[in-house]
Amino acid sequence: MGKKLRAAILGTGMIATDLLIKLQRCELIECSIFIGRREDSEGIKIAKSLGVATSAKGIEAIVENPDICDIVFDATSAGAHLTHAPILEKLGKLTLDLTPSKIGKMCVPTINLDECLCCSNINFITCAGQASIPLAHAISKIHPNIEYFEIVTANPAQAVGMGSRKNVDEYVHTTGDAAELFTGATKCKILPTLNSTEPPMTMRNTVYALIENPDLKEISKAVAETEREIKKYAPGYRVVFGPAYAKGCVVVAVEVEGAGDYLPKYSGNLDIINCAAIKTAEGYAKKVL
Amino acid sequence: MENNILIFDSTLRDGSHAIDQKLELTTIADYCREIDDCGMHTVMVGHGNGLGGSSIHGGLLKFDEIEMLRTAKANLKKTKLGVFIVPGLGTVQRNLIPAIEAGAEVFNVATNCTEATGTISHVNFLTQKFSEVYVVFMMCHLANAPTLLEQAKIIEEYGAKGLILMDSAGASTPEMVKENISTLVNGTSLKIGFHAHNNLGLAVANSYTAIQEGATIIDGTMRGFGAGSGNCQLEAFASLMKKTGKPLPINLKKMFNISEKIIRPIMPRDCGIPAVNIASGMTEIFSAFIIPVRLAAEKYGVDPIDIFEELGRRRAAPGQEDLTLEIAQSLSKEKK
Repeated sequence: MGKKLRAAILGTGMIATDLLIKLQRCELIECSIFIGRREDSEGIKIAKSLGVATSAKGIEAIVENPDICDIVFDATSAGAHLTHAPILEKLGKLTLDLTPSKIGKMCVPTINLDECLCCSNINFITCAGQASIPLAHAISKIHPNIEYFEIVTANPAQAVGMGSRKNVDEYVHTTGDAAELFTGATKCKILPTLNSTEPPMTMRNTVYALIENPDLKEISKAVAETEREIKKYAPGYRVVFGPAYAKGCVVVAVEVEGAGDYLPKYSGNLDIINCAAIKTAEGYAKKVL
Repeated sequence: MENNILIFDSTLRDGSHAIDQKLELTTIADYCREIDDCGMHTVMVGHGNGLGGSSIHGGLLKFDEIEMLRTAKANLKKTKLGVFIVPGLGTVQRNLIPAIEAGAEVFNVATNCTEATGTISHVNFLTQKFSEVYVVFMMCHLANAPTLLEQAKIIEEYGAKGLILMDSAGASTPEMVKENISTLVNGTSLKIGFHAHNNLGLAVANSYTAIQEGATIIDGTMRGFGAGSGNCQLEAFASLMKKTGKPLPINLKKMFNISEKIIRPIMPRDCGIPAVNIASGMTEIFSAFIIPVRLAAEKYGVDPIDIFEELGRRRAAPGQEDLTLEIAQSLSKEKK
């Protein structure tokens, strides 16, 4: 393989560290610097052990040395991304935002990848958004006038870090807003929950679409097609229930098993958003390399 | 003994679960108007799962949650209005701020018992303006005392005023309550509370155990109206406190009346103990007197609870059911 696109990762939490490990396998992108705030953080230690350059200077590491990277993955927090976004824009770095900041173009690779590649800041919504919006979108293709969706997002507590906990409201608002945007629904209610059971549960999302007379046959085809497309970049994605009709709704549930990179396989929430971001970055790499 | 116990009345919150969240505004208005001078610290109102809970998944409310709160607020003068919120299910912008505008002043921020950090954003927001911010550890049977203490210290650092252990599944034994509550009372400076469920028939007993170990908040419901098998029945708990010489500064007689007149009629299944049976226990009269007492009360148009009180004064023994007619008749004469 020839030249790789060089990526900075901002943040050292669970998503950032999982992304770092995933990029080790990537043929088009390499992590050129892993950036945190504390020299002794767990993520920085892992990066060092992988022989990846690190910095504890935060965004300053890129400002001081813009040539360190071609693109930036931001896996800090929605609040921090508000500060980072204009700086990275000015430096002309394609930014792949893994926080629920909603600043950039909202991206679900199976829905609007090509459109997003023209934007300088691409937002990956949330893990729940990446897992459930493709399903809601598939259903809304068959029934274009659905007004109301619900998405239950149950995550293993062991795979939800402090950043995500502080951002719980942003997580909910961003997932709901994105689901409304992609489906055209008036309202999409998000119902999050954490389960700390041992051994950990696998990340699971359920979509309820309020429809009076659903064409379950066509919906099933569309859902199966979506599942196949997502499996191409997130192999652990699988429909575990439905589509079925209950409570006046079409109900579909998915589980996402991770690749077991930073955390064990239950942490599909880390995988689904990171795989989406890498898939997008690869699309960009193919364009520019 | 001086009582510093606060009663959190969750009838109009947990009770919503029992009727698939279809609480009527008229019930809220009637209940709040009547309960207002009964000595409750706070009345919690809303969806069973708290602010933002209305959904197909968890049950749709019949009325908007803010309209429910406004209705309650309009009928409460002495008692504080409280809300329950699971961060994320309800958010600060979309649920808490409107609830505050509707008059909420006591806040129960809930999280599963091992996930104290999940409350950080909501507790931080609330403690800037309010002192009565409590964290609720749901499914508290899942963690042991050292884990609960470790989690409690996190919310103590966030600035919460108190911690309520919520026995969501009614799966705590008296021994667990004893150990968990005493550990939290001794290990933190938080006000500690208990919210019981009655799946094993222990809701009142576990609440009482919590008080014995130093808890100062009991979160329960009128007639036990609540999810599944119901909650700690407040009028039974208050009666027990009275019987054990630690009476709460509450209007027990009026609570009995509200239990029968407002809550019993809306319960699809009566999961509480009727006021008259509580009175039978309090007056230490043989339980089987209930049938002759009811009959006599009906014949002479008097309150069966008054008959039990007179039977208690006379220390009636099993076999003296004949007293009921005479007592009922004389009560009826007194009434005239």
